[in-house]
Amino acid sequence: MYDFTPIIESISGYFTSTFSPLWAGVLLMVLLGIAILGFYAILGLYLVYAERKICARMQNRIGPNRVGPMGLFQTIADLIKLLMKELIYIRNADSILFNIAPFIVIVASIMAIGSIPFAKGLQAIDLNIGVLYILAISSMGVIGVLIAGWASNSKYSVIGAMRSGAQVISYELSVGLALLCMITFSGSMQLSEIISSQEDGWWIFKGHIPALIAFVIYLIAGTAETNRGPFDLAEAESELTAGFHTEYSGIKFAFFFLAEYMNMFIIAAIATTVFLGGWLPFHIYNFSVFNNLMDLIPPIFWFFGKTAFVIYVMMWFKWTFPRLRIDQLLALEWKYLLPINLINLILTSFLTLMQWHF
Amino acid sequence: MEDTVVDIDLKEKEEYIINMGPQHPSTHGVLRFETCLQGETVKYLIPHCGYIHRGIEKMSESLTYPQLIHLTDRMDYLSAHINNEAVSLCVEKAMGVEVSDRVKYIRTILAELTRIASHQLWWSAFGMDLGALTTFFYGLRDREKILDIFEESTGARLLQSFITPGGLMYDVHPNFQKRVTEFVKYFRKKLPEYDQLLTGNIIFRERTQGIGYMSLEDAIEFGVTGPSGRGSGFHCDIRKIEPYSAYPLVKFDEITFDVGDTYHRYLVRMKEMWQSLSIIEQLIDGIPQGPIMLELKAIKAPKGEYYQRVETARGELGVFIVSDGAPSPARIHYRTPNFSNLFIINKISAGHKIADLVAISGSLDLVIPDIDR
Repeated sequence: MYDFTPIIESISGYFTSTFSPLWAGVLLMVLLGIAILGFYAILGLYLVYAERKICARMQNRIGPNRVGPMGLFQTIADLIKLLMKELIYIRNADSILFNIAPFIVIVASIMAIGSIPFAKGLQAIDLNIGVLYILAISSMGVIGVLIAGWASNSKYSVIGAMRSGAQVISYELSVGLALLCMITFSGSMQLSEIISSQEDGWWIFKGHIPALIAFVIYLIAGTAETNRGPFDLAEAESELTAGFHTEYSGIKFAFFFLAEYMNMFIIAAIATTVFLGGWLPFHIYNFSVFNNLMDLIPPIFWFFGKTAFVIYVMMWFKWTFPRLRIDQLLALEWKYLLPINLINLILTSFLTLMQWHF
Repeated sequence: MEDTVVDIDLKEKEEYIINMGPQHPSTHGVLRFETCLQGETVKYLIPHCGYIHRGIEKMSESLTYPQLIHLTDRMDYLSAHINNEAVSLCVEKAMGVEVSDRVKYIRTILAELTRIASHQLWWSAFGMDLGALTTFFYGLRDREKILDIFEESTGARLLQSFITPGGLMYDVHPNFQKRVTEFVKYFRKKLPEYDQLLTGNIIFRERTQGIGYMSLEDAIEFGVTGPSGRGSGFHCDIRKIEPYSAYPLVKFDEITFDVGDTYHRYLVRMKEMWQSLSIIEQLIDGIPQGPIMLELKAIKAPKGEYYQRVETARGELGVFIVSDGAPSPARIHYRTPNFSNLFIINKISAGHKIADLVAISGSLDLVIPDIDR
C-alpha cells in the first residue's frame, strides 16, 4: 500500500524504452534534478513561512497575514523581492571566492536532500553508505561559510566565519557519534535498511535509554551544526550584525538563508529516519486494530509529520533560549556531549552484542 | 574565565579594531565603541559619543522654564516624566513654592509607572542582546498598557511634557485611578513570566553570572548610579537619600546587591519593578483633592544657583540652574546618569569576550540621547 516504487519504475521504464540508454540516463538525471530543485525551493520557502508563523505565535504576534490567504505567499513575495535586488559588489572582496561561497553552501544541502527516503521508493539515490554520505556532504557547507566570511574582507564576517568553523567542526563529532550509536543498533549504513530494521518498532523505543540519549545529543548537535537556535553564533546579530553573510545582498543572501532552513530540514529528516522510524507508521505491539488504522495514513504523511515535529522542537528552543558564548559552546561539546556520547556508544555496542534491545 | 587584560605591546602588534556603532544593533542608538580585539577577547574599548548631540543645555538658555521642560523629554526619552519632574522641582525650589499634595501624588505615580515602563523596555532589549528574541515582545506587550495610561491622561505616549514647574499641565483623566489599579493587578501576574522566560534559564545565568564585575570602589569612582550602581552595593537611591514629592510617605526597599556582576545588575531592575508596583499601590487609592497648578504670576527663578537631583530609571539625574532673575536660565546643566554610567564600560569589559561586551553594555541600560544631550 502507498508504495511509490511502481510509479518510479514506470517512469524510468518509459524513458529506457523510448530513448537510447545514454539519453534515458541523461533525461532521468535532468528530471530528477528539476524535481529535487523544485521541492527544495518550495519546501525552503514554506519552512521560512512556518518559522515566521510559529515564532509569531510564541511572541504574541500574528505573523505574515497580508499576502495571500493567511500570508501564505509572503515568502514567495520576499523571494521575488530578493531576486530583484541589486547585487552589491565589494571592491576589496575576493570576487571569485565571494561569488562562489553561496553556491557551495546551497549545493551541499541540495546534495544531501537527494539521499533522504521520503516514502517507500521515493528516494533519489539509496546509497549503501547513506549516513556517511549525508554526514560528509552536510559538513561541506561549512567550507562555503568559511569562504564567505574570509572573502567578504569584513571584520565582522571573519569573526562569524571563524566561529562557524570552530562550531561545525566540533559538533560534527557529536552528530557522527550519535548516528553511530544507531548504526550499531540497526547494523547498516543504508538509510532504507535502517528504516526496514524499525518495522517492529522505532529505535527510540527499542533502543532503551542509549537511543534516547543519542536522540537528545543529535538534536542539540544538529541544531548547532545548522547554526541555529541558541547556537547561532556565526550570525549573532546583536554582536556581529549578521556574521558571515553581512556583506551579501540579493539572491546570494537568499541562498544562505534558504540553505539554513534546508539544513534544518535535513537534520530533522535524518532524525526522523534514524530514530523515529522514517516513513513507518506508529505501531503498538499486538494491537492490530490500531495498527491497521495507522497503516491507512500514507507513509509520506508520516515522514513529513515526524519531520515537522522535530523542526517544531528546533524552532521552539530557538525562540526561547538566549545565545551561548563561543567558549561555552565549545565547552559544551568537548567537555559534556563528547564524553557522554562515547560512553553511550560503548553502552549501545554492549546492548547490541548481548541482543538486549527489542 | 580570564579576567585580566592580555598584556602585549600594543604598538608592535597589528591591532584588530572593530567599530561597534554608530549603527549597530546592540548599542541601542548612535553610540560607537572602538573595540580592540584579540581573537574574540576584548583588549580595550573606547566609547565615542556625540553622534546625537543636540545642544539641549545651550538651547535651554533661550527658553523660559515652562518651555524648556519639553527639551528634557528628549534627553532620556524613556523617563520623560522623571526628567520633567527634575526641572520642575528645581524651579519650584528656586522660587520657594510647594505644590499641592495631589500634584505630588500624581507625579510620584507617573514617575513609578515610567520606571516600570523603562525597566520593561530594558528587559526586552537585554534579552535581545543575549539572543533571546522573544523577550522583546513580552516586554513591549506589557509596556503598551502603561503607555495607554499615559496617552489617556497626558495625550502622549513617549514624550509627555506633562509635569511642569508649578504643577501639572492638566488634571489626570477620570479613568486614571481605575486604569492604574488594573495595570498593577495585571502586571503582578505577568512579572513572574519574565523570570520564567529569562531569569531561571541556565544559558542566561551562564552568560551573565561573573561577567563584567564592578566593584563598589569603581562604582563610586566613576559615579555609576541607579540600578547599575546598586548592583555593586552602592546605596545611591535618591528616593531614599533625599526624598522628594510623595516618596517620604511611602514604604519601599532600596534594592542593593554586593556582587556587582551583570546578573545582579539585572536582578536589581527586576526587583525594582516589584517595589515600584508596591509604591503605586500605596499611593493610588489616596490621591487627595487639590489644585493641579499653583497660581503663580510669573515663573522665574530669583538670582542664584540651584541644584536638585532625582532618581530616574537609570540613576541620578541632577539639574543645576544658574539664574540671573530672568524668565530663562543663564546656564542650565544636567548631570545625566547615562553619561557617568557609560565610561565604566572599558574597565569592566576588558578581558571578556565580545559577546560579553554586548551583555555588559546591555546591563548598564544606556540611553544614548541622554549621554549626548
